[in-house]
Amino acid sequence: MRRRFPVGSPLQLLLFCASFALAAYAGVRLLADDWFGVALWIVGTAVLHDLVLLPLYSVADRAVVRGLGAAGHREWALYVRVPAALSGLLLLVWFPLISGMTARRYRSATGLSPDGFLTRWLLITAVLFGASAVLLALRLRRATKRRPPAAH
Amino acid sequence: MTRSPSSPGFWRSPLRGPWFTSVLGVVLLAGITLLFVTGLLSYAAYNPDLSPVNDKTPDKGVLGFYLFAWPTDPHWLYRLDQGVHVTLGITLIPVLLAKLWSVVPKLFALPPARSLAHALERVSLLLLVGGGLFEFVTGVLNIQLDYVFPGSFYPLHFYGAWVFFAAFAAHAVLKTPAALRNLRRPREEEVKEVKEVEEGDLVSPRPDPPTVSRRGALWFTGGGSLLLLATTAGQNFDGPLRRTALLAPHGGADPGSGPNGFQINKTAAYAGIDPAETDDDAWRLVVTGRTGTVRLSRAQLARLPLHSAALPIACVEGWSTGDQWWRGVRLRDLAALVGHDGDPPDVFVESLQRHGAFRRAALRANQVADPRSLLALYVNGEKLSPDHGRPARIIVPAAPGVLNTKWVARLTFGDL
Repeated sequence: MRRRFPVGSPLQLLLFCASFALAAYAGVRLLADDWFGVALWIVGTAVLHDLVLLPLYSVADRAVVRGLGAAGHREWALYVRVPAALSGLLLLVWFPLISGMTARRYRSATGLSPDGFLTRWLLITAVLFGASAVLLALRLRRATKRRPPAAH
Repeated sequence: MTRSPSSPGFWRSPLRGPWFTSVLGVVLLAGITLLFVTGLLSYAAYNPDLSPVNDKTPDKGVLGFYLFAWPTDPHWLYRLDQGVHVTLGITLIPVLLAKLWSVVPKLFALPPARSLAHALERVSLLLLVGGGLFEFVTGVLNIQLDYVFPGSFYPLHFYGAWVFFAAFAAHAVLKTPAALRNLRRPREEEVKEVKEVEEGDLVSPRPDPPTVSRRGALWFTGGGSLLLLATTAGQNFDGPLRRTALLAPHGGADPGSGPNGFQINKTAAYAGIDPAETDDDAWRLVVTGRTGTVRLSRAQLARLPLHSAALPIACVEGWSTGDQWWRGVRLRDLAALVGHDGDPPDVFVESLQRHGAFRRAALRANQVADPRSLLALYVNGEKLSPDHGRPARIIVPAAPGVLNTKWVARLTFGDL
């Protein structure tokens, strides 16, 4: 005997009906020109994020934590994670400019040079990792000073 | 079973939990609401209901229910609105990513639907996540002139916003009460809450030892936002502040030096302007109105009463300049020249531009009537440079950059 599939809260059903009605009203207009391309983009961005980007950075993070853990320094993970994530975030947002893929249009439209973006991103990345290394070094020095010599 | 992402034990981060998700959710509730409102205002700033040439979404229907005559005061209105829209959108990206990370176990939760309402909720979540990412991605690509999306930016970003907002509003109604409860709960109860884990409640049943606290992870997310804000916001200011926008499209150095050195949206070469057409001997402004048509050379225009206005250039791409000192003929004086004395009507503006979505644009009567609305011949004490619209361009307080038509060839006054 199968139980009947429950309906759930009627208020929630009403809410979703209203939401879908509005989404459909805008959606038919959104899909009017190139329905396949737009649908592909909407589903594609969600899939790319949930099934590619998120697993990739999760695996990378886990690898860093495990690797450092194997070396007995699991607590150093933050000093790699923070600069790497911030640098990756900047690359993700400004990828068209940093990669130069829109360089020709950018120069011709704005009269600005498209050349500096990669250099600036690399410099910011260097500063982030450098600052992280300095912080870690300071922390290690403080820990060494505090540790009594007998503890060796 | 812990090898499958549908098993709660698969997700090991000790950070996930209702408190972390609730903080991010409340930030997004405020942030995305502000994005939506500034976006709708920005849409209204184009006066899409005034003329088909301003309207890139002619089948908008009731979605344009709130449209109103865009004002000319304060003169920095569009600059502020669009600057906030773009800069805030970029700043929210880390919060959005963190929020999606915090709830990703729910994506894989089984059974796919516990009830009809739950099934609808999961469909709605596809619109929420897909629609939200679509809005962020199209916006971020458009400001970098990377037009790879499937169609024209205006309809995609506008209709996409409504699809996203429909799902966002439902999600906010459903989740906000619980999110606020989670935030009000005293910290000690958080420990207890972990023990009361229900299926799909985000808290990992077998968490890895932490490398950072939940509070630390929030600071981390906020740090990402701060970094993006600090390297973007400067493109709305002049001088050294602009140089702080290290990776933003209109950060860094100005394209030139001197009075005409400020930021350019589209250069004369890009717009396909032939220098021979803008030459003083060849160029004539054609002004049409109630009493007929007048043709004016640049020299004749310069002999009309000239007025000054200090107004910014503010672009839909989320960058702007400080006030520039424009000098030219008032639009209402040009209207009077062709028989519209006292009560200037709308005006239809045509540029020499060969292509570009806004080579023709319409301005509303209230914009024409403003004494600061000019057909500018000079900027900052010098003749306009070719890239800023030589021989003459429109400049209207609080109007989006693309409605400040450059290389003007023809003005047609009359009710549109």
